[in-house]
Amino acid sequence: MVDPSRSSLIRARTTTGERLTERLLLACGLLSVLTTAAIVGVLLLETLEFFSEVSLAQFFGDTQWTPLFADKHFGIWPLVAGTLLTSAIAIAVALPFGLLAAVYLAEFARPGVRRVLKPTLELLAGVPTIVYGYFALVALTPLLQRLIPELAGFNALSPGLAMGIMIIPMISSLSEDAIHAVPRTLREAAYALGASRLQTIFRIVLPTAMSGIAASVVLAVSRAVGETMIVAIAAGQQPRLTADPRVPVETMTAYIVQVGLGDTPTGTLEYRTIFAVGAALFLMTFVINLASQRLARRFRGAYG
Amino acid sequence: MRRALATFCLGVSLGSLGACGPGTTDIVAVDGSSTVYPITEAVAEEFQKGGRGRVTIGVSGTGGGFKKLCKGEVALSGASRPIRPSEVELCKEARIDYIELPVAYDGIAVVVHPDNAWVDHLSVEELRRMWEPAAQDRIKRWSDVREGWPDTELHLFGPGVDSGTYDYFTKAIVGQEHSSRGDFTSSEDDNVLVQGVSTDRGALGFFGFAYYSENADKLRVVPVDGGAGPILPSLQTVADGSYQPLSRPIFIYVSRKEAERGEVAAFVDFYLDSSAELVAEVGYVPLPDPAYALVRRRFAAKTTGSVFGGEGSKVGASVEQTLANG
Repeated sequence: MVDPSRSSLIRARTTTGERLTERLLLACGLLSVLTTAAIVGVLLLETLEFFSEVSLAQFFGDTQWTPLFADKHFGIWPLVAGTLLTSAIAIAVALPFGLLAAVYLAEFARPGVRRVLKPTLELLAGVPTIVYGYFALVALTPLLQRLIPELAGFNALSPGLAMGIMIIPMISSLSEDAIHAVPRTLREAAYALGASRLQTIFRIVLPTAMSGIAASVVLAVSRAVGETMIVAIAAGQQPRLTADPRVPVETMTAYIVQVGLGDTPTGTLEYRTIFAVGAALFLMTFVINLASQRLARRFRGAYG
Repeated sequence: MRRALATFCLGVSLGSLGACGPGTTDIVAVDGSSTVYPITEAVAEEFQKGGRGRVTIGVSGTGGGFKKLCKGEVALSGASRPIRPSEVELCKEARIDYIELPVAYDGIAVVVHPDNAWVDHLSVEELRRMWEPAAQDRIKRWSDVREGWPDTELHLFGPGVDSGTYDYFTKAIVGQEHSSRGDFTSSEDDNVLVQGVSTDRGALGFFGFAYYSENADKLRVVPVDGGAGPILPSLQTVADGSYQPLSRPIFIYVSRKEAERGEVAAFVDFYLDSSAELVAEVGYVPLPDPAYALVRRRFAAKTTGSVFGGEGSKVGASVEQTLANG
């Protein structure tokens, strides 16, 4: 039982200072919501203006993207292809390395090794993306050209690899947390049934931690799709509908940068293309995030 | 990058930081083309050493520079093509008269990767076939350009659509200003183009001659046949007008009203006197001496209006002849 006089004392305190604090916190929370709403609003408004001049059929039906030139085409696919290609390369690098690093850190590494290795790995995420961009352009590409002579100076491969390195810590760190959260009892039960260490990890621990791992991968995919600086510097600026990682491509984000830096007058159709591309990008990451939630729910075990 | 540069004032001597733009009386405000910028910068540096005034330089491109000139925001503007009718109109509305002064020649260099062994020269016709709007999504391999060339993918690199160099190239090659295919790597930053062409065996690009001479070890320049046989761009062939149609005069446009101010007049006089020497130093081609004399006379007489343009890029114009006729 709560003493009635004490409970009224608490209420009296809440009415003054704490209510103010509560409001302040609410305002902070609302700020992010409002910002998101404003961004979506502006994006939608300009995108609608864009689609009053360019039909959806052109946008999704054409295979060329040349809005700044004499022969204008508004097919979004070359930009989407560039984005998907670089992101796929990045994930192809980050997923195996990130996941195996997570398994090692969580299951095998001695505490001393782990103390050094984990922060070092996370340091990768702290490197400014412009550094990765120039790393891809002036170090990675010339190196790769020795192995693949027909690789162009601007290509999808090397920024994709750089991006992959960048998002390794995202996957490894979050996955490691998920693996760590799997209770000891499950492992012990597996050992008791005669499973080896590897069997325990790959048949018991990883499936149990799957929702956390999947979430980390989806987060990494979103990051790769939205990454701008690396691809703007090292992938080239040529919209091209291709799956060939050796030739110059342009991603959706790189296109937005290209127009943003030029002298394209505001309010023109050319200018509005960046909002249409931005909206498409937003839609893409939105769908990815939705998919991840579905995925996570499906895989959710008792401990994920 | 342009916008960032435009807000950045260069050549401001110590103690006058923050005093960018007009308003402060003894400052000469300059803006305009990135192609002309290296010349103006060199001239301004020398000018300020003499302590005769201060110069601020922005880089908003040829078009952006004209916009500012016609708003009365700057004393003079650099231009890599003559003024366009729409810009003439803009200045007229604001009652700003301008004095058109050619300061140098620039050749547009067509370059390929140094390992490209098959391109011996390119005719204007072949360049047109590569760059015209109809080439978009059609001319994709070197073998599409000339029979016998390898079946290698063709990767094109060129300046952005806001640049005077792009305007001039399309006018000279395709026949219509601002008309080209859209599926090439276009960048406002000429160094990106150099980087692209120098690391890509299937590449072909074009940009101002100064950027080629700076990177001559990483690129191979292609002779262009404008009808009189293949000609390599060089100081010589650009100056004597034989590198056609890809050599062009570049300009500064001075506001007539601003030219009344002592320091502006002093700066322009200094510009024209030192051009012959400084232009070569930064990698462009000086006008012949008689042409500089005509240009100086034009400024002394404060002759306004344009004899080169009024209609944008003009192909194959000799400065001396045009000035003498105008």
